[in-house]
Amino acid sequence: HIATSLPLPSERDHLRPRIDLIVFMIDIKSKCSLKNVEASLAYVDARFFLGKVYFLVTGVGRVNCCSIEINAISKLEEAYCSPVLFCELELEGVRVATAQRLLRMLQICAGLVPGFSALSFSLLMRNSADD
Amino acid sequence: MDETVAEYIRRTVLKIPRDEIKMMLQKWGFLSEAQLQTLNFHQLKDNISQEVVQLCEENSADIKQAAVLDIIYNHIYQNKRMWSVYQMRKTGEELEYFDLTDFKKKFKRRLRSALKNVTITFKEYEDNAIWIRVAWGTPYRQPNQYKPSYVVYHSQTPYVFISASVLKSNLPLLCQALIVASNYHDIREMELRSHSLNSLKDIVFKRYSQNFQTYCPKPLQGKAVEPENVDLRIVNENRSEKERIHRLNQETFGDGPQPILQFAQYKLETMFKSSPEMDVLDKKEPFRCLVKFSSPHLLESLKSLAPAGMADAPLSPLLTCIPQKARNYFRIREKRGLLPESFLSP
Repeated sequence: HIATSLPLPSERDHLRPRIDLIVFMIDIKSKCSLKNVEASLAYVDARFFLGKVYFLVTGVGRVNCCSIEINAISKLEEAYCSPVLFCELELEGVRVATAQRLLRMLQICAGLVPGFSALSFSLLMRNSADD
Repeated sequence: MDETVAEYIRRTVLKIPRDEIKMMLQKWGFLSEAQLQTLNFHQLKDNISQEVVQLCEENSADIKQAAVLDIIYNHIYQNKRMWSVYQMRKTGEELEYFDLTDFKKKFKRRLRSALKNVTITFKEYEDNAIWIRVAWGTPYRQPNQYKPSYVVYHSQTPYVFISASVLKSNLPLLCQALIVASNYHDIREMELRSHSLNSLKDIVFKRYSQNFQTYCPKPLQGKAVEPENVDLRIVNENRSEKERIHRLNQETFGDGPQPILQFAQYKLETMFKSSPEMDVLDKKEPFRCLVKFSSPHLLESLKSLAPAGMADAPLSPLLTCIPQKARNYFRIREKRGLLPESFLSP
Protein backbone atom coordinates (compact mmCIF):
# COMPACT_ATOMS: atom_id res chain seq x y z
CA HIS A 1 0.00 0.00 0.00
CA ILE A 2 1.40 3.38 -0.89
CA ALA A 3 0.25 6.59 0.71
CA THR A 4 1.42 10.17 0.54
CA SER A 5 1.01 10.81 4.26
CA LEU A 6 -0.55 9.48 7.42
CA PRO A 7 -3.13 8.98 8.75
CA LEU A 8 -4.50 6.63 6.11
CA PRO A 9 -7.93 7.53 4.78
CA SER A 10 -10.48 5.96 7.08
CA GLU A 11 -12.90 4.99 4.34
CA ARG A 12 -10.67 2.10 3.32
CA ASP A 13 -10.12 0.73 6.84
CA HIS A 14 -12.18 -2.37 6.23
CA LEU A 15 -10.27 -3.22 3.06
CA ARG A 16 -6.85 -3.05 4.58
CA PRO A 17 -4.96 -6.16 5.66
CA ARG A 18 -2.70 -6.31 8.72
CA ILE A 19 0.26 -3.96 8.43
CA ASP A 20 3.59 -5.70 9.01
CA LEU A 21 6.11 -3.12 7.90
CA ILE A 22 6.08 0.64 7.44
CA VAL A 23 8.75 2.23 5.30
CA PHE A 24 8.93 6.00 5.34
CA MET A 25 10.49 7.29 2.15
CA ILE A 26 12.40 10.52 2.42
CA ASP A 27 13.61 12.27 -0.69
CA ILE A 28 16.89 13.86 0.22
CA LYS A 29 16.24 16.57 -2.35
CA SER A 30 13.06 17.80 -0.71
CA LYS A 31 12.72 19.38 2.73
CA CYS A 32 8.99 19.03 2.30
CA SER A 33 9.45 15.28 2.22
CA LEU A 34 11.18 15.22 5.60
CA LYS A 35 8.54 17.45 7.15
CA ASN A 36 5.81 15.22 5.83
CA VAL A 37 7.43 12.13 7.31
CA GLU A 38 7.94 13.82 10.67
CA ALA A 39 4.30 14.82 10.74
CA SER A 40 3.15 11.35 9.75
CA LEU A 41 5.24 9.63 12.42
CA ALA A 42 2.90 11.00 15.05
CA TYR A 43 0.14 8.79 13.71
CA VAL A 44 2.01 5.53 14.08
CA ASP A 45 1.15 3.31 17.00
CA ALA A 46 4.11 2.81 19.38
CA ARG A 47 4.16 -0.95 18.85
CA PHE A 48 5.30 -0.55 15.27
CA PHE A 49 8.57 0.97 16.42
CA LEU A 50 9.71 -2.38 17.70
CA GLY A 51 11.33 -3.28 14.44
CA LYS A 52 8.47 -2.64 12.02
CA VAL A 53 9.38 0.89 10.98
CA TYR A 54 12.22 1.72 8.60
CA PHE A 55 13.33 4.89 6.90
CA LEU A 56 14.35 4.78 3.27
CA VAL A 57 16.27 7.79 2.03
CA THR A 58 16.19 8.16 -1.75
CA GLY A 59 17.97 10.35 -4.21
CA VAL A 60 21.39 9.98 -2.58
CA GLY A 61 23.09 9.65 -5.94
CA ARG A 62 22.92 13.36 -6.67
CA VAL A 63 25.31 14.80 -4.14
CA ASN A 64 24.82 18.44 -5.08
CA CYS A 65 21.03 18.35 -4.85
CA CYS A 66 20.81 17.38 -1.19
CA SER A 67 18.45 19.57 0.78
CA ILE A 68 18.38 17.54 3.96
CA GLU A 69 21.36 17.11 6.19
CA ILE A 70 22.42 13.65 7.26
CA ASN A 71 22.30 15.00 10.81
CA ALA A 72 18.57 15.38 10.63
CA ILE A 73 18.23 11.81 9.43
CA SER A 74 20.46 10.44 12.19
CA LYS A 75 18.33 12.28 14.72
CA LEU A 76 15.24 10.60 13.33
CA GLU A 77 16.96 7.25 13.48
CA GLU A 78 17.86 7.70 17.15
CA ALA A 79 14.58 9.25 18.23
CA TYR A 80 12.47 6.49 16.73
CA CYS A 81 14.89 3.58 17.14
CA SER A 82 14.42 2.62 13.52
CA PRO A 83 17.16 1.88 10.99
CA VAL A 84 17.77 4.00 7.94
CA LEU A 85 18.44 2.64 4.47
CA PHE A 86 19.87 4.67 1.64
CA CYS A 87 19.22 4.14 -2.02
CA GLU A 88 19.08 5.78 -5.42
CA LEU A 89 15.89 5.06 -7.32
CA GLU A 90 17.21 6.21 -10.64
CA LEU A 91 19.75 3.40 -10.90
CA GLU A 92 18.03 0.19 -11.86
CA GLY A 93 20.51 -2.05 -10.09
CA VAL A 94 20.26 -0.22 -6.79
CA ARG A 95 16.50 0.00 -7.12
CA VAL A 96 16.10 -3.73 -7.62
CA ALA A 97 18.54 -4.57 -4.82
CA THR A 98 16.73 -2.25 -2.41
CA ALA A 99 13.38 -3.76 -3.37
CA GLN A 100 14.72 -7.23 -2.69
CA ARG A 101 16.02 -6.11 0.68
CA LEU A 102 12.69 -4.61 1.61
CA LEU A 103 10.85 -7.75 0.60
CA ARG A 104 13.15 -9.83 2.74
CA MET A 105 12.59 -7.46 5.67
CA LEU A 106 8.85 -7.71 5.10
CA GLN A 107 9.07 -11.49 5.26
CA ILE A 108 10.82 -11.25 8.60
CA CYS A 109 8.43 -8.65 9.99
CA ALA A 110 5.45 -10.74 8.94
CA GLY A 111 6.89 -13.61 10.92
CA LEU A 112 7.42 -15.81 7.88
CA VAL A 113 11.09 -16.52 8.61
CA PRO A 114 11.42 -18.99 11.48
CA GLY A 115 13.87 -18.01 14.18
CA PHE A 116 13.81 -14.31 13.36
CA SER A 117 11.49 -11.68 14.78
CA ALA A 118 11.12 -8.12 13.60
CA LEU A 119 12.67 -6.85 16.80
CA SER A 120 15.72 -9.09 16.72
CA PHE A 121 16.33 -8.25 13.11
CA SER A 122 16.17 -4.50 13.61
CA LEU A 123 18.56 -4.77 16.56
CA LEU A 124 20.91 -6.67 14.29
CA MET A 125 20.66 -3.91 11.68
CA ARG A 126 21.31 -1.18 14.22
CA ASN A 127 24.23 -2.84 15.92
CA SER A 128 26.04 -3.54 12.71
CA ALA A 129 25.60 0.08 11.64
CA ASP A 130 27.09 1.37 14.87
CA ASP A 131 30.33 -0.53 14.42
CA MET B 1 30.21 46.69 -52.01
CA ASP B 2 30.69 48.51 -48.75
CA GLU B 3 33.23 47.08 -46.29
CA THR B 4 30.75 47.28 -43.43
CA VAL B 5 28.08 45.47 -45.43
CA ALA B 6 30.52 42.70 -46.33
CA GLU B 7 31.53 42.31 -42.69
CA TYR B 8 27.90 42.30 -41.58
CA ILE B 9 26.94 39.59 -44.06
CA ARG B 10 29.97 37.55 -43.04
CA ARG B 11 29.06 37.74 -39.37
CA THR B 12 25.44 36.95 -40.01
CA VAL B 13 26.33 33.82 -41.95
CA LEU B 14 28.71 32.78 -39.16
CA LYS B 15 25.81 32.84 -36.70
CA ILE B 16 23.86 30.29 -38.70
CA PRO B 17 24.48 26.61 -37.88
CA ARG B 18 26.29 24.95 -40.77
CA ASP B 19 23.44 22.63 -41.72
CA GLU B 20 21.01 25.49 -42.05
CA ILE B 21 23.08 27.87 -44.14
CA LYS B 22 21.95 26.57 -47.51
CA MET B 23 18.28 26.66 -46.53
CA MET B 24 18.54 30.20 -45.22
CA LEU B 25 20.37 31.49 -48.28
CA GLN B 26 17.66 29.94 -50.41
CA LYS B 27 14.98 31.64 -48.35
CA TRP B 28 16.87 34.87 -48.76
CA GLY B 29 16.75 34.53 -52.51
CA PHE B 30 19.45 37.11 -53.13
CA LEU B 31 21.94 34.64 -54.54
CA SER B 32 20.83 32.70 -57.60
CA GLU B 33 20.44 28.94 -57.54
CA ALA B 34 23.48 28.66 -59.80
CA GLN B 35 25.56 30.68 -57.37
CA LEU B 36 24.41 28.54 -54.45
CA GLN B 37 25.50 25.43 -56.35
CA THR B 38 29.04 26.74 -56.40
CA LEU B 39 29.21 26.90 -52.64
CA ASN B 40 30.80 24.08 -50.70
CA PHE B 41 28.78 23.63 -47.52
CA HIS B 42 31.05 20.98 -46.12
CA GLN B 43 33.97 23.20 -45.24
CA LEU B 44 34.67 25.33 -42.21
CA LYS B 45 32.04 27.97 -41.57
CA ASP B 46 34.69 30.64 -41.79
CA ASN B 47 35.35 29.66 -45.39
CA ILE B 48 31.69 29.32 -46.26
CA SER B 49 31.01 32.84 -45.05
CA GLN B 50 33.95 34.18 -47.05
CA GLU B 51 32.60 32.56 -50.19
CA VAL B 52 29.13 33.93 -49.54
CA VAL B 53 30.57 37.42 -49.19
CA GLN B 54 32.38 36.95 -52.52
CA LEU B 55 29.12 36.05 -54.22
CA CYS B 56 27.33 38.97 -52.61
CA GLU B 57 30.10 41.18 -53.91
CA GLU B 58 29.37 39.94 -57.40
CA ASN B 59 25.71 40.83 -56.95
CA SER B 60 26.55 44.17 -55.32
CA ALA B 61 24.64 43.62 -52.12
CA ASP B 62 23.81 46.63 -50.03
CA ILE B 63 22.69 46.99 -46.44
CA LYS B 64 19.03 46.55 -47.35
CA GLN B 65 19.54 43.02 -48.60
CA ALA B 66 21.83 42.19 -45.71
CA ALA B 67 19.11 43.34 -43.31
CA VAL B 68 16.62 40.95 -44.94
CA LEU B 69 18.98 38.06 -44.28
CA ASP B 70 19.16 39.17 -40.67
CA ILE B 71 15.37 39.21 -40.39
CA ILE B 72 15.20 35.69 -41.80
CA TYR B 73 17.73 34.49 -39.25
CA ASN B 74 15.87 36.12 -36.39
CA HIS B 75 12.54 34.83 -37.60
CA ILE B 76 13.78 31.26 -37.46
CA TYR B 77 15.68 31.76 -34.19
CA GLN B 78 13.11 34.08 -32.66
CA ASN B 79 13.28 32.25 -29.34
CA LYS B 80 16.78 33.50 -28.73
CA ARG B 81 15.48 37.00 -28.13
CA MET B 82 13.39 38.34 -25.29
CA TRP B 83 10.06 39.72 -26.49
CA SER B 84 7.78 42.24 -24.78
CA VAL B 85 4.17 42.80 -25.66
CA TYR B 86 2.64 46.20 -26.32
CA GLN B 87 -1.02 46.98 -26.76
CA MET B 88 -2.28 49.83 -28.91
CA ARG B 89 -5.57 51.61 -28.38
CA LYS B 90 -7.74 53.73 -30.54
CA THR B 91 -10.68 55.81 -29.44
CA GLY B 92 -13.13 55.09 -32.21
CA GLU B 93 -14.42 51.69 -33.17
CA GLU B 94 -14.08 52.18 -36.90
CA LEU B 95 -12.45 49.20 -38.53
CA GLU B 96 -10.22 50.82 -41.04
CA TYR B 97 -8.95 48.92 -43.99
CA PHE B 98 -5.31 48.10 -43.42
CA ASP B 99 -3.08 49.19 -46.26
CA LEU B 100 0.37 47.69 -46.00
CA THR B 101 2.09 50.18 -48.29
CA ASP B 102 0.53 53.07 -46.44
CA PHE B 103 1.68 51.58 -43.13
CA LYS B 104 5.25 51.19 -44.32
CA LYS B 105 5.35 54.67 -45.77
CA LYS B 106 4.03 56.35 -42.64
CA PHE B 107 6.31 54.32 -40.39
CA LYS B 108 9.43 55.18 -42.36
CA ARG B 109 8.47 58.81 -42.65
CA ARG B 110 7.85 59.18 -38.94
CA LEU B 111 11.11 57.53 -37.93
CA ARG B 112 13.21 59.30 -40.51
CA SER B 113 11.80 62.71 -39.61
CA ALA B 114 13.06 62.24 -36.08
CA LEU B 115 16.26 60.37 -36.77
CA LYS B 116 18.05 60.50 -40.08
CA ASN B 117 20.36 57.55 -39.61
CA VAL B 118 18.13 54.50 -39.37
CA THR B 119 17.90 51.35 -41.43
CA ILE B 120 14.34 50.14 -41.72
CA THR B 121 13.48 46.78 -43.23
CA PHE B 122 10.12 45.04 -43.59
CA LYS B 123 9.23 41.42 -44.24
CA GLU B 124 5.78 39.92 -44.35
CA TYR B 125 5.02 36.35 -43.40
CA GLU B 126 2.08 34.11 -44.19
CA ASP B 127 0.44 34.32 -40.78
CA ASN B 128 -0.28 38.04 -41.32
CA ALA B 129 2.79 38.94 -39.32
CA ILE B 130 4.77 41.97 -40.39
CA TRP B 131 8.37 41.86 -39.23
CA ILE B 132 10.14 45.18 -38.94
CA ARG B 133 13.83 45.54 -38.30
CA VAL B 134 15.23 48.90 -37.23
CA ALA B 135 18.91 49.65 -36.86
CA TRP B 136 19.56 52.83 -34.91
CA GLY B 137 22.15 55.51 -35.47
CA THR B 138 22.64 59.06 -34.23
CA PRO B 139 22.69 62.32 -36.20
CA TYR B 140 26.46 61.87 -36.47
CA ARG B 141 26.85 58.12 -36.71
CA GLN B 142 25.74 55.42 -39.09
CA PRO B 143 23.23 52.91 -37.77
CA ASN B 144 24.63 50.16 -35.60
CA GLN B 145 23.60 47.06 -37.53
CA TYR B 146 24.59 44.73 -34.73
CA LYS B 147 22.02 45.95 -32.20
CA PRO B 148 18.76 46.33 -34.11
CA SER B 149 15.26 46.25 -32.70
CA TYR B 150 12.67 43.88 -34.05
CA VAL B 151 8.94 44.50 -34.16
CA VAL B 152 6.30 41.94 -35.03
CA TYR B 153 2.91 43.37 -35.85
CA HIS B 154 -0.24 41.46 -36.75
CA SER B 155 -2.27 44.02 -38.62
CA GLN B 156 -5.66 42.67 -37.58
CA THR B 157 -4.83 42.99 -33.90
CA PRO B 158 -3.84 45.84 -31.58
CA TYR B 159 -0.78 43.95 -30.35
CA VAL B 160 2.84 44.57 -31.16
CA PHE B 161 5.72 42.36 -30.07
CA ILE B 162 8.98 44.17 -29.63
CA SER B 163 12.45 42.86 -29.04
CA ALA B 164 14.30 46.02 -28.30
CA SER B 165 17.99 46.49 -28.62
CA VAL B 166 19.99 47.61 -25.64
CA LEU B 167 19.44 51.26 -26.56
CA LYS B 168 16.28 51.85 -24.54
CA SER B 169 16.17 55.51 -25.48
CA ASN B 170 14.89 54.70 -28.93
CA LEU B 171 11.86 52.88 -27.66
CA PRO B 172 9.51 55.91 -27.38
CA LEU B 173 10.37 56.87 -30.93
CA LEU B 174 9.62 53.37 -32.15
CA CYS B 175 6.31 53.29 -30.32
CA GLN B 176 5.31 56.64 -31.73
CA ALA B 177 6.10 55.58 -35.26
CA LEU B 178 3.99 52.45 -34.76
CA ILE B 179 0.86 54.23 -33.62
CA VAL B 180 1.15 56.86 -36.32
CA ALA B 181 1.59 54.23 -39.01
CA SER B 182 -1.23 52.01 -37.79
CA ASN B 183 -3.71 54.78 -36.99
CA TYR B 184 -3.96 54.13 -33.28
CA HIS B 185 -3.98 56.72 -30.52
CA ASP B 186 -1.70 55.32 -27.92
CA ILE B 187 0.36 52.36 -26.94
CA ARG B 188 1.24 50.85 -23.60
CA GLU B 189 3.61 48.14 -22.52
CA MET B 190 1.97 45.06 -21.07
CA GLU B 191 3.68 43.33 -18.21
CA LEU B 192 4.27 40.27 -20.30
CA ARG B 193 7.66 39.05 -21.46
CA SER B 194 9.03 35.79 -22.74
CA HIS B 195 11.57 34.24 -25.09
CA SER B 196 8.89 32.32 -26.90
CA LEU B 197 7.19 34.66 -29.36
CA ASN B 198 4.57 32.08 -30.30
CA SER B 199 3.59 31.61 -26.68
CA LEU B 200 3.13 35.36 -26.26
CA LYS B 201 0.91 35.34 -29.33
CA ASP B 202 -1.00 32.38 -27.89
CA ILE B 203 -1.62 34.26 -24.67
CA VAL B 204 -2.78 37.57 -26.11
CA PHE B 205 -4.71 36.04 -28.99
CA LYS B 206 -6.23 33.57 -26.54
CA ARG B 207 -5.16 30.60 -28.60
CA TYR B 208 -4.20 28.32 -25.73
CA SER B 209 -6.65 25.91 -24.18
CA GLN B 210 -8.44 27.87 -21.53
CA ASN B 211 -10.27 26.58 -18.55
CA PHE B 212 -13.81 27.75 -18.59
CA GLN B 213 -15.59 28.18 -15.31
CA THR B 214 -18.12 25.48 -15.92
CA TYR B 215 -19.42 23.50 -13.01
CA CYS B 216 -17.86 20.09 -13.30
CA PRO B 217 -19.65 17.64 -11.00
CA LYS B 218 -17.42 14.90 -9.69
CA PRO B 219 -17.64 11.92 -12.02
CA LEU B 220 -19.78 9.13 -10.60
CA GLN B 221 -17.05 6.56 -10.97
CA GLY B 222 -13.55 7.40 -9.93
CA LYS B 223 -11.68 7.93 -13.17
CA ALA B 224 -8.42 6.08 -13.51
CA VAL B 225 -5.87 8.83 -13.12
CA GLU B 226 -2.94 6.71 -14.23
CA PRO B 227 -3.89 4.42 -17.05
CA GLU B 228 -0.49 2.73 -17.00
CA ASN B 229 -0.23 -0.97 -16.21
CA VAL B 230 0.34 -0.81 -12.49
CA ASP B 231 0.78 -4.02 -10.59
CA LEU B 232 -2.56 -4.91 -9.05
CA ARG B 233 -0.81 -5.87 -5.83
CA ILE B 234 0.03 -2.20 -5.23
CA VAL B 235 -2.74 -0.31 -3.51
CA ASN B 236 -2.74 3.47 -3.64
CA GLU B 237 -4.25 4.73 -0.41
CA ASN B 238 -4.69 8.33 -1.49
CA ARG B 239 -6.40 7.68 -4.80
CA SER B 240 -9.27 10.07 -4.14
CA GLU B 241 -6.80 12.80 -3.17
CA LYS B 242 -4.83 12.18 -6.36
CA GLU B 243 -7.98 12.42 -8.39
CA ARG B 244 -8.98 15.63 -6.67
CA ILE B 245 -5.60 17.16 -7.46
CA HIS B 246 -5.81 15.98 -11.05
CA ARG B 247 -9.30 17.43 -11.45
CA LEU B 248 -8.28 20.78 -9.93
CA ASN B 249 -5.29 20.91 -12.22
CA GLN B 250 -7.49 20.24 -15.23
CA GLU B 251 -9.84 23.01 -14.20
CA THR B 252 -7.04 25.45 -13.61
CA PHE B 253 -4.73 24.75 -16.49
CA GLY B 254 -6.87 23.06 -19.08
CA ASP B 255 -5.85 20.09 -21.13
CA GLY B 256 -3.65 21.46 -23.84
CA PRO B 257 -0.01 22.56 -23.84
CA GLN B 258 0.77 25.64 -21.82
CA PRO B 259 2.29 28.79 -23.33
CA ILE B 260 6.02 28.90 -22.70
CA LEU B 261 7.12 31.56 -20.26
CA GLN B 262 10.46 31.80 -18.52
CA PHE B 263 9.72 34.10 -15.58
CA ALA B 264 7.08 35.26 -13.21
CA GLN B 265 8.08 38.19 -11.10
CA TYR B 266 6.21 39.54 -8.11
CA LYS B 267 7.24 42.82 -6.61
CA LEU B 268 5.93 42.93 -3.06
CA GLU B 269 5.18 46.21 -1.37
CA THR B 270 3.30 44.79 1.55
CA MET B 271 3.74 45.10 5.25
CA PHE B 272 5.89 42.53 6.94
CA LYS B 273 3.65 40.38 9.09
CA SER B 274 5.55 38.70 11.85
CA SER B 275 4.87 37.50 15.35
CA PRO B 276 5.18 40.37 17.86
CA GLU B 277 8.32 38.84 19.38
CA MET B 278 10.25 39.13 16.17
CA ASP B 279 9.57 42.84 15.72
CA VAL B 280 11.90 43.13 12.78
CA LEU B 281 10.72 46.52 11.68
CA ASP B 282 10.05 49.31 14.12
CA LYS B 283 8.57 51.61 11.58
CA LYS B 284 5.51 50.32 9.84
CA GLU B 285 6.88 50.56 6.33
CA PRO B 286 6.09 48.28 3.46
CA PHE B 287 8.63 45.49 3.19
CA ARG B 288 10.11 45.62 -0.26
CA CYS B 289 10.79 42.25 -1.70
CA LEU B 290 11.04 40.72 -5.15
CA VAL B 291 10.01 37.13 -5.74
CA LYS B 292 11.04 35.68 -9.07
CA PHE B 293 10.12 32.26 -10.40
CA SER B 294 12.21 31.10 -13.31
CA SER B 295 12.03 27.94 -15.36
CA PRO B 296 12.53 26.84 -18.95
CA HIS B 297 8.76 26.28 -19.06
CA LEU B 298 7.19 28.02 -16.10
CA LEU B 299 3.51 27.17 -16.58
CA GLU B 300 4.16 23.50 -17.20
CA SER B 301 6.24 23.27 -14.04
CA LEU B 302 3.53 25.04 -12.04
CA LYS B 303 1.05 22.53 -13.45
CA SER B 304 3.17 19.61 -12.22
CA LEU B 305 3.74 20.99 -8.71
CA ALA B 306 0.61 19.58 -7.10
CA PRO B 307 0.71 16.13 -8.73
CA ALA B 308 4.37 15.83 -7.71
CA GLY B 309 3.42 16.51 -4.11
CA MET B 310 5.48 19.68 -3.87
CA ALA B 311 2.59 22.06 -3.36
CA ASP B 312 -0.97 21.92 -2.18
CA ALA B 313 -3.76 22.07 -4.71
CA PRO B 314 -5.33 24.46 -5.57
CA LEU B 315 -2.36 26.68 -6.32
CA SER B 316 -2.38 30.32 -5.40
CA PRO B 317 -4.40 32.37 -7.90
CA LEU B 318 -1.40 34.68 -8.13
CA LEU B 319 0.33 31.90 -10.05
CA THR B 320 -2.57 30.51 -12.02
CA CYS B 321 -3.90 33.82 -13.30
CA ILE B 322 -0.86 34.41 -15.50
CA PRO B 323 -2.31 33.38 -18.89
CA GLN B 324 -5.75 34.89 -18.27
CA LYS B 325 -4.37 38.19 -17.09
CA ALA B 326 -1.76 38.08 -19.86
CA ARG B 327 0.98 39.21 -17.55
CA ASN B 328 3.92 37.72 -15.73
CA TYR B 329 5.17 40.79 -13.90
CA PHE B 330 3.08 41.79 -10.91
CA ARG B 331 3.09 44.43 -8.23
CA ILE B 332 1.40 43.49 -5.02
CA ARG B 333 0.43 46.27 -2.70
CA GLU B 334 -1.30 46.44 0.60
CA LYS B 335 -5.05 46.86 0.30
CA ARG B 336 -6.10 50.08 1.96
CA GLY B 337 -9.25 49.26 3.78
CA LEU B 338 -10.69 47.37 6.68
CA LEU B 339 -8.82 44.18 5.90
CA PRO B 340 -5.05 44.40 5.67
CA GLU B 341 -4.78 41.95 2.82
CA SER B 342 -2.78 42.34 -0.32
CA PHE B 343 -4.21 42.70 -3.78
CA LEU B 344 -2.92 42.80 -7.30
CA SER B 345 -2.36 46.15 -8.86
CA PRO B 346 -4.07 46.64 -12.18
